[in-house]
Amino acid sequence: MRFTINGQAVEASVDLRTSLLDLLRDHLHLYGTKKGCNQGACGACTVLVDGNRINSCLALAVQYQDRAVTTVEGLAGEHGLHPLQQAFIEHDGFQCGYCTPGQLCSAIGMAAEAERGVPSAVTADLSAGPVVLDHDELRERMSGNLCRCGAYNGIVEAITQTLVTGAAE
Amino acid sequence: MRAFSYARAEDASAAVRLAGASARARYLGGGTNLVDLMRETVEQPDALVDVTALPAAIEARSDGSILIGAGASNTAVAADLAVRTRFPALARAILAGASGQIRNMATVGGNILQRTRCTYFYDDASRCNKRAPGAGCDAIDGFNRIHAILGASPACVATHPSDMCVALAALDATVHLQGHGGSRTMRLVDLHRLPGGRPHVETELQRDELITAVELPALPFAAGSTYRKVRDRASYAFALVSVAAALDVGPDGTVRDVRLALGGVAHKPWRASIAEAALRGRPATADSFRDAADAELADAAGLRHNAFKIDLARRTVAATLEGLAGGDRT
Ligand SMILES: Cc1cc2nc3c(=O)[nH]c(=O)nc-3n(C[C@H](O)[C@H](O)[C@H](O)COP(=O)(O)OP(=O)(O)OC[C@H]3O[C@@H](n4cnc5c(N)ncnc54)[C@H](O)[C@@H]3O)c2cc1C
Ligand code: FES
Ligand code: FES
Repeated sequence: MRFTINGQAVEASVDLRTSLLDLLRDHLHLYGTKKGCNQGACGACTVLVDGNRINSCLALAVQYQDRAVTTVEGLAGEHGLHPLQQAFIEHDGFQCGYCTPGQLCSAIGMAAEAERGVPSAVTADLSAGPVVLDHDELRERMSGNLCRCGAYNGIVEAITQTLVTGAAE
Repeated sequence: MRAFSYARAEDASAAVRLAGASARARYLGGGTNLVDLMRETVEQPDALVDVTALPAAIEARSDGSILIGAGASNTAVAADLAVRTRFPALARAILAGASGQIRNMATVGGNILQRTRCTYFYDDASRCNKRAPGAGCDAIDGFNRIHAILGASPACVATHPSDMCVALAALDATVHLQGHGGSRTMRLVDLHRLPGGRPHVETELQRDELITAVELPALPFAAGSTYRKVRDRASYAFALVSVAAALDVGPDGTVRDVRLALGGVAHKPWRASIAEAALRGRPATADSFRDAADAELADAAGLRHNAFKIDLARRTVAATLEGLAGGDRT
């Protein structure tokens, strides 16, 4: 099976039962992506596929052949951490850090969805208009990522500072 | 998980043909339900036919109807401007379900055919007539808070967990199918079955029958439709009770037409035909809405832990309709 992972072409020969999460961790030794529940309920395994956030634990790797996967290892650039990673540090967006890779990837996918105008359950007016990522919108859109340490306030602040257009720097 | 073969279908005919070549093939959408159930060995397919390459287009037609390819992601449907303006109840129902990640993965076909979240169904140490026909049901005397209050049987009290399907049921959606015997269409409300004595037979689909599309017929007053979901936490939880509703009130204040369906209450998305009939021609008032809800729930039966749902369903129906009559968003 062939994949593009964090910009690199990768070949792997794995059992068809292998999830994308297990492919990343057990076969490609990319341990950033975490396994929390292994059933779609916690978001720790969130990665981006062609820019869309998904739960890699429920994804069979075979189904994602030839797709571009971005994990937390792929977020930092040549000049250091992704601004969202830096903001997580500055705003105490984590304690133990277990949920953090998933939170980061999820937030980046979430911001792209909002940019495209994808509404959420708390969007009052569905008819159109740009999405304003206020506190309630962020909480709702990030509800697929649990944080046992309860770092939610820092997470929301870090996302707001980095990914919400027009938010104060 | 048991071993299986994998093939990606390029079109519907190929999918059906590929499925027909195996004894226990399953179509693979986003896998968000199937992969989970395979891990629990509740599902043990010998072949997976990936149908995510099948048409995913959302076609808004000039007559007001919309045709949605079964491969469309849940996110794509909820984000579609025509869906949002013509059938907001559908967009809201989808957005009320699961998480952003799961909605990106989940397909329309897979959402319709997702299986119950009854914990005894998932747990192979428990008895479950749906998982092992004839074994018995541990939910009936077990912890049955999330279980059915309408249309259940002594064999099974599981509910259908989909939010999207509740909106589709209310909006008179039709499902396009393709199987070994050709193509046909079916009303969504006829697709899922009540459990009766055979709860393992969940739909009217034939072997390997594939959902290719969902069609929403034009319904102008559905532009004001909505979806209300009651659950244990504000996001990322299945419905205890949910209501999809569209209401058309005439200038004289009487109900000209109404569409109503309930989720979380039965083995299938529950079209509230009794309440609808009770409402047509009646004044659009709180009293009428309460009476209609009472009529719909008249035959509801509670178990040890879920009897609260009967009143909850009544109140949610009435509140949702009041919101629509008052022009509020609910
Ligand atoms: C943590 C979690 C929370 C969730 N919360 C909610 C919620 O609140 N509300 C809600 O409604 N749902 C919820 N879901 C369920 C989710 O919506 C479903 O898992 C999803 O819609 C299934 O779509 P899929 O494409 O992934 O289906 P798959 O898992 O790929 O398939 C499901 C079933 O459909 C069959 N199938 C797939 N496509 C077709 C087709 N075209 N024709 C015929 N058969 C087909 C498969 O063979 C399989 O039997 C939740 C799921 C998880 C994991
Ligand atoms: S590990 Fe994938 S959602 Fe929890
Ligand atoms: S930082 Fe510990 S789980 Fe989120």
